[in-house]
Amino acid sequence: MQVPAPFEYERAISVDDALALLDRLGPEARVIAGGHSLLPMMKLRLAAPEHLVDINDLRDLDYIRTNGSEMRIGAMTRHRTLLESDALEVQFPIFRDAEQVIADPPVRNRGTIGGALCQADPSEDLSAVCAACHAKLVIRGLDGERVVDMDEFHKGPYETSVGPAEMLTEIRLEMRPRPGSAYEKVERRAGDWAVAAVGAAVWMDEDRIADCGIGLSALGSNVLRAHRAEEELRGKPATDETIEIAGRAAYEECEPVTDQRGSAEYKRHLAYELTKRAVRRALERVPRG
Amino acid sequence: MQVKMTVNGEEVTRDVEPRMLLVHFLRDELDMTGTHWGCDTSNCGTCVVQMDGEPVKSCTVLAAMASGHEILTVEGLEQDGTLDPVQQGFMEEHGLQCGFCTPGMMLTAKALLRENPNPTEAEIREAISGQICRCTGYMNIVKAVRWAADHQPSPLAQEVRS
Repeated sequence: MQVPAPFEYERAISVDDALALLDRLGPEARVIAGGHSLLPMMKLRLAAPEHLVDINDLRDLDYIRTNGSEMRIGAMTRHRTLLESDALEVQFPIFRDAEQVIADPPVRNRGTIGGALCQADPSEDLSAVCAACHAKLVIRGLDGERVVDMDEFHKGPYETSVGPAEMLTEIRLEMRPRPGSAYEKVERRAGDWAVAAVGAAVWMDEDRIADCGIGLSALGSNVLRAHRAEEELRGKPATDETIEIAGRAAYEECEPVTDQRGSAEYKRHLAYELTKRAVRRALERVPRG
Repeated sequence: MQVKMTVNGEEVTRDVEPRMLLVHFLRDELDMTGTHWGCDTSNCGTCVVQMDGEPVKSCTVLAAMASGHEILTVEGLEQDGTLDPVQQGFMEEHGLQCGFCTPGMMLTAKALLRENPNPTEAEIREAISGQICRCTGYMNIVKAVRWAADHQPSPLAQEVRS
């Protein structure tokens, strides 16, 4: 029987309450949102927090809304809401692509975007999605808020820049002209963690790629973004040749390791192939300007 | 710690360890063994119950997290001696062989039919995609859910009954 090690349980009634609890309980306290990454790790004793601060009552962190030129997603927004949001689909179809292949419906009913990003599993999908979309993350502490990008947020496997008495409250996505995005994942069976996955976002200016983002999942513990592949695309015409060069750059800069999901060489091949597919599909989705 | 929740319409209160999982709360504290306990890793889906109307895997929800919420288990499907159409459907269409996955399958099916009373085969398959039938009896499970969709009590009949 798998059960977590003993811990004390607290239920927060507001963000300020959660922050005060985290501050009082110290670094051995962890926030629990949907719990579908944290509880399995606690069962395996890969995590053994002394206190859990349950934030499921913070309904005011469950939203997808537009604010001027930004889409704002509350940290407690469930996978299912992300999957079903038409507003998000119009601006960032990469989210629906990814959500369709994250776990399964009952898990998506519980898991949240904030939990996924903060758990920072190296094979997790939404970190790559947010990296591709150049998301900004709002981290709140007792002294106020700070806003960081994914490169700063994501420190490595299971590690983020969220401090012990802080929490992620919101994900911000800038809505820029003529966007396109897509997510490509290879998994061993439906709903599994990625063998490898690549997310691509592009923003077009006439027939040139004005800006882009390439996010990687399961392709190296310290490689969340394919910066060199992005460089190969930025400012270039959207041609097959450009895409081929970007795919090769992703092949070079990823750092996969051999594990039960596949060999490093196979994953490297996937980085190349999936980068090309994701960029191609992202480009197909750009509205004509 | 004390947890208090509504299970199949009845309020229950128990003192439990914070680390107790909802599946064990139902089976060991309430002696409701209709909810099955399978893989322990939120993969197999036999432990699915409804929490506030949504299917969740009860091996990955703490009883503490379910406190204050409404839980529906397989024991709550039958009403006053009448089987739920989903249960009837599993009987009519031979939707179970060993029966291990059945409780989870039925609670997912019931949630699906409430939101989508006339689902296509693809929609049914998507809804149960988080649940595994080791007998591989998926064809008949899909047929059972379709049977239930075709035999939902009419809204008028429900009104008369209530």
